[in-house]
Amino acid sequence: MAKILVVTSGKGGVGKTTTSAALGTGLALRGHKTVLVDFDVGLRNLDLIMGCERRVVYDFVNVINGDATLNQALIKDKRLENLYILAASQTRDKDALTQEGVEKVIAELAEDFDYVICDSPAGIEKGAHLAMYLADEAIVVTNPEVSSVRDSDRMLGLLSSKSKRAEEGREPIVEHLLLTRYSPERVETGEMLSVEDVEEILSIKMIGVIPESQAVLKASNQGIPVILDEESDAGQAYSDAVERLLGKDIPHRFLEVQKKGFLKRMFGG
Amino acid sequence: MEQTDLLEQEPEQQAPAFQLKGSMLTLTTLELLSNDLAALDSQLAEKAAQAPDFFRDAPLILALDKRQPGDLPDLAELLTLCRNHGLRPLAIRSEQEEELAAAAAIDLPVLPLSLARDRNLPAQPQPAAPKEPELLPARIINSPVRSGQQIYAKNADLIVTASVSAGAELLADGHIHVYGAMRGRALAGINGNTQARIFCQQLGAELVSIAGQYKIAEDLRRIPAWGNAAQIYLDGEQMHIIAL
Repeated sequence: MAKILVVTSGKGGVGKTTTSAALGTGLALRGHKTVLVDFDVGLRNLDLIMGCERRVVYDFVNVINGDATLNQALIKDKRLENLYILAASQTRDKDALTQEGVEKVIAELAEDFDYVICDSPAGIEKGAHLAMYLADEAIVVTNPEVSSVRDSDRMLGLLSSKSKRAEEGREPIVEHLLLTRYSPERVETGEMLSVEDVEEILSIKMIGVIPESQAVLKASNQGIPVILDEESDAGQAYSDAVERLLGKDIPHRFLEVQKKGFLKRMFGG
Repeated sequence: MEQTDLLEQEPEQQAPAFQLKGSMLTLTTLELLSNDLAALDSQLAEKAAQAPDFFRDAPLILALDKRQPGDLPDLAELLTLCRNHGLRPLAIRSEQEEELAAAAAIDLPVLPLSLARDRNLPAQPQPAAPKEPELLPARIINSPVRSGQQIYAKNADLIVTASVSAGAELLADGHIHVYGAMRGRALAGINGNTQARIFCQQLGAELVSIAGQYKIAEDLRRIPAWGNAAQIYLDGEQMHIIAL
């Protein structure tokens, strides 16, 4: 039986899809059979970030409507043996998702996979609600910025009250916080909220802090999950987050301002 | 004809000729203790001599239930005796069959014993004492209250042992306690209880209100207790915010 994860935030553009792609790839790299499900119907992005947009034939809505089987719609990742993607429909809107349909598809996926990662759309409406409804664990993606933190707080409230687990009175969803686009330099100058500030406001455990990095944009545009860029600090930070998700307790990196070395300073590296 | 009768009974058709009203009258009760009418006569004469004004045309209830057991003196004779001393018996108080029959015979009203205040009542169930106000358990929240969440403690206190985020709202008819950072809105005594108070470990609220009186963050942040443990209460119209 799979563990169902939702990557959510409330606010748009904070890095949900980048995070879904990175975590899913990271889990698959470590031998866990993983499927990424794009819930952002109408604004399909996950397939672009995973670099499989040209191989999308059937999508999530087709499966829900019975136009295609799950096996027909699942796209196998070219790089990793045990990683699959279920793309969102670009031509439909979020009303095409029904609660029964979503439950049926996720239950079917949960039988075959170790991890089902639901990439939530922004907002707190139907699409976001359906993405988190069945989750066992949630990764709340936040930027170190007040409006993003406020929206994440709202989303945390919904996770604890509007999920299936909450409705059935079961153990609540395990909540993790993932801070993206973190810039220690800007924290030092007081322009950005620090890790401690965000942790204090939201009072949940941080599963990863992803530094602001050129590598993220580059990876997105190339359709390669940034976690595969092992040279980059963002890739390494996502790898650490995957380790923590799997239960390892490792210290956070990239929280301090990197002192430029002598040569770098000389040559302006 | 019947039609006319019916119409005449319509209250709208006629000015009311009377109205009925309940009233409480204070009346003297003469409790007959002995069956000896001669003794009664002489003792009444003595009393009437002491207080002639009191005895002149005094309306009175004749209570027969306290007299010593024995044959009933002739009721008509008893009444005459009373009238001779200026007393005006209106009714008798009794529940003995023969006494009731005697009263009916001379068309004298009878009061039931229960109307008599001074009677030694048989042990009746005491009217239930007004119920002690029941203690409603406080509503206790142990997880953070998030933005957009609203928690209401109806007729009770509200205790939150975690932080309350900006955009969250706490409502209580009683007190509000927050053992964590208080960044949202807290409204205590919302049903008008001016005695309700707000206690918090770290005051950073967007708004605090007691019984409808409120202060917003803009005013609160100038107060020395801002960011620290504080207590908020009303003293008349004045809201006080003091460090804890």
